[in-house]
Amino acid sequence: MSKHIAIIGNGVAGITCARHIRKRDSDCKITVISAETEYFFSRTALMYVYMGHMKFEHTQPYENWFWEKNRIDLVFKYVVSIDTDNNDLKYDDGSQLAYDELVIATGAKSNMFGWKGQDLKGVGGLYSFQDLQNMEKYTQGIKRGVVVGGGLIGIEMAEMMLSRGIDVTFLVRERHFWEHILPENESNMIMAHMKEHHLDLRLSTELDEIIGDENGRAKAIKTNTGEIIECEWVGLTTGVSPNVAFLKDSNIEIERGVLVDENCTTNIANVHAIGDCAEFKVAPDGRRNIEQVWYTGKLMGETLAKTLTGSPTPYSPGHWFNSAKFFDIEYQTYGVVLPNLKEGEEDFSWDRAADNICIHIVFNKETRVFKGINTFGIRMRHDAFNQWLNEKVTVDFVMEHLKDANFDPEFYNQHEEEIVDQFNVEQGTSIAVKKKSWQRILNFIR
Amino acid sequence: MKSIQQIGLILFLMAFALFNALMFMGKFEVTQGKLDKFTESKGIKSEVFIEQSKELIGEYSFSLDLSEKLLTIAEASHTHHRKVITEFESTGVDKELINAEWGKVIWLKETKKHGNFAAPLVAICGTGFVVENKGLLFSLTFLLGILGGLLHVLPRLKTEGPAGIKNDGIFQNQATNRGWIAWLVFGYLIAFYLALYFFPDVLTNMIYVLDPVSTSLNGGPASQWFLYGFMYCSFMVVMGIKMMIKYRHNKYQVIRSISVLFFQLGFAFLIPELLVRFQKPWFDFKSAWPLNYSAFDNWSIKKILGFDFFETWDFNALIHSDTLGLFMLVWGFILTLVIVPVMVYFYGKRWYCSWVCGCGGLAETVGDPYRQHSDKSLKAWKFERVIIYSVLLFAIIMTYGSLSREQFFLGLDYEAFITIETDDLRFWYGFAVGSIFSGVIGTGFYPIFGNRVWCRFGCPLAAYMGIIQRFKSRFRITTNGAQCISCGNCSTYCEQGIDVRAYAQKGENIVRSSCVGCGICSAVCPRGVLKLENGPEEGRITENPIDITMATEDEGKTSELRKIIIGEQKNLTDFNK
Repeated sequence: MSKHIAIIGNGVAGITCARHIRKRDSDCKITVISAETEYFFSRTALMYVYMGHMKFEHTQPYENWFWEKNRIDLVFKYVVSIDTDNNDLKYDDGSQLAYDELVIATGAKSNMFGWKGQDLKGVGGLYSFQDLQNMEKYTQGIKRGVVVGGGLIGIEMAEMMLSRGIDVTFLVRERHFWEHILPENESNMIMAHMKEHHLDLRLSTELDEIIGDENGRAKAIKTNTGEIIECEWVGLTTGVSPNVAFLKDSNIEIERGVLVDENCTTNIANVHAIGDCAEFKVAPDGRRNIEQVWYTGKLMGETLAKTLTGSPTPYSPGHWFNSAKFFDIEYQTYGVVLPNLKEGEEDFSWDRAADNICIHIVFNKETRVFKGINTFGIRMRHDAFNQWLNEKVTVDFVMEHLKDANFDPEFYNQHEEEIVDQFNVEQGTSIAVKKKSWQRILNFIR
Repeated sequence: MKSIQQIGLILFLMAFALFNALMFMGKFEVTQGKLDKFTESKGIKSEVFIEQSKELIGEYSFSLDLSEKLLTIAEASHTHHRKVITEFESTGVDKELINAEWGKVIWLKETKKHGNFAAPLVAICGTGFVVENKGLLFSLTFLLGILGGLLHVLPRLKTEGPAGIKNDGIFQNQATNRGWIAWLVFGYLIAFYLALYFFPDVLTNMIYVLDPVSTSLNGGPASQWFLYGFMYCSFMVVMGIKMMIKYRHNKYQVIRSISVLFFQLGFAFLIPELLVRFQKPWFDFKSAWPLNYSAFDNWSIKKILGFDFFETWDFNALIHSDTLGLFMLVWGFILTLVIVPVMVYFYGKRWYCSWVCGCGGLAETVGDPYRQHSDKSLKAWKFERVIIYSVLLFAIIMTYGSLSREQFFLGLDYEAFITIETDDLRFWYGFAVGSIFSGVIGTGFYPIFGNRVWCRFGCPLAAYMGIIQRFKSRFRITTNGAQCISCGNCSTYCEQGIDVRAYAQKGENIVRSSCVGCGICSAVCPRGVLKLENGPEEGRITENPIDITMATEDEGKTSELRKIIIGEQKNLTDFNK
């Protein structure tokens, strides 16, 4: 009989894993279990459903016939426990499923830090489909929402409500927005842009408690400064944590997440974990133990699929990159730009803050090797920076070839000359920016 | 600001209501003089018709009442003469008598009887309020409507906040989410196009109102096509301005919108009308075969050259024909055979479809609020390929037929060439494709099935350019490494129903025959993943774009990211193959 691989979780990690197992092995039986939704959808797009840019069905990357065609069995049930001795798992309806290999890809949950009133109606995070439904239900026709937590999901939730004409107060514990990721300068530009969108931003402010009304619904919050802010919705977006509570009584080793080795395998040889719920015992090079972004889930899924189909492959995500959008400002980052320079690092920034455009490059002071770039309002080619990071080119090389990296739509104003002029003045260099070369660009992807 | 927008909307709706009310205003008065003029211009020889048509003399308040009565009489005369012919034939009378009787038969084609037969009489019978107040009514309908539209649209610069993507509430709005407003617009558009193509006599009063504009441009009274052209331009200008405001942060969109407005107003409207003023044939220099399916038909060649070159292949006469006419004929060939393919090679079919074309121009301006309704399913893609290439084939056969009449092909009298009798084909193409598909469905279906139904499923020129774009072009939409988060904005807003995300999430460039290069996928992408660009053919189609081990062995580290996310996914494309 062919091998049965059961995957708990139909998010991007679980689904990517399932698809790639099928791609590499046409015989094994694949079951994907989820209690969230029947079909895979893109979690990152939930905000657009709320804002009316898309319908929920648009967030589903594959048509519904796809799963049967690829013989991926979908089970819409909740797993309550896993018996690793007998290789089976139990659903909440009492039924069981036997597996040969098990993949845990159960994602994460919004952090709740034990605030008073956090279980009231009209309080919620934004991670799952149910979170969206909850938010949809309790923000109908309301006047004001409060969002707690100054990160990406926080600003998304603020944008969501503003799009429906709901006033938003945004509590940020730090002195500036996304402080542990963004250098102050860039954060300031984003914060100015928030004001343009009439967001009521409160820095250095924390949530003290959520005050409910007689019906058990949130009606106001109290901040740590004692201010009471009336609101009908409280969004808790202070990060997410691996969704592993259901494993507590199993033999699977968990800490913050499911502990895995470099092959995404747990302490039990035929049990694996990927995506937002996985915690690497040893962090991959230059990475954190838990990385909860879209592409890492995808990447872990693909890597594990190889391991499960006969070619054990360690997870190796390569150079850090990411992207986001803050209202109208697009952000991309390649390599590592920390909020504060490390010893031996130097940086260069150029901005046209009036147009919400900015780049920030970090490099090694001595060797001038390029370390990373943050760009706002300018799109850059991933392939270019990936290659430059691989080849450990200097910042001067990057400046000289900056036009090759530009990925803005046609006819957009080009800023490379201006950027390099300023760089030359500040660095005492005399770099002439080269014309865009298709040959070099094609070499990036060769 | 919001109140200005509301006033604008109210003004527009008032103008629109008056425009439609025109149908029931004014009077149509039939006199003997007008009847004589009519029968003379139509060359009617039937004494039965001439006698019975006297019954028409009188006043009508609704144009269709007059048309119906006229057509009843014409049909009765037709029946009468056919009966006489049958009788003659059975009794064996003189052939000449029979022929004379045949000459009296009035032929009415079901789809054209209102437009070709009744409308000319109705058009000369208008009297009373409408014809006496053309200028006033023009101001209160068209000018007021345009003003209202602009007042509604211009404040968006302020009301919609900072420049950026403005798709908030698209799927929560009755107008843009197939709600009751959308269905109402759908119904109106269908009705309007049916009237325009098959019952233009209904629109007589609306046409009168444009007479002053028409006279100032081409020197003659307006026709139903002038009405259509003027409305087309008006809507495109207002909605084009709206488009430019909506995408003011995106230069590609702004320049592209200016371009479609320029080509519509200049090439499709002003230049042809001015040509008519100078007694030249109406000619749209940007309309390429086979979208302009009759470009090489005998009647259209006759129109521009003065004689039917493809019937005679008389090169002598061709050389001595009118210079402009000759230029138009040669230009038609060059446009189709040289300019179109060369431009598609360098820039993709977008140079035409979303920069120049009138249908595309309407879709990108008036149709922009509906782009999200295109069907992205695999089924729709399969359907699209069958239908659009069938239309292309249909158009090719038809044109071959017109070039190959009388055993002639390219002037060669050679029996091996199969000649095709195309009159019936041409009628059905004109009816089914020219009117129903490109007009009634093409535009009428905007609010429900999206703004590119015609361009995606029907346009033979799009099909022709699509083949070039797919196999021999420098155009592609480049995908940016592994930044895609599969959100689906690109696919949702692709008016051509391309599942852009399916490519983007695999890091695969988008090279699709149907892509019109509108650039909206790139605009709505929140992560900067998509870029329309022209570049070397080599490396354009990236089904397996990257297969590199980024780091060296001694570091003991392989950037699996590029390899895995992009490089090795080539096999998992079964869902769209």
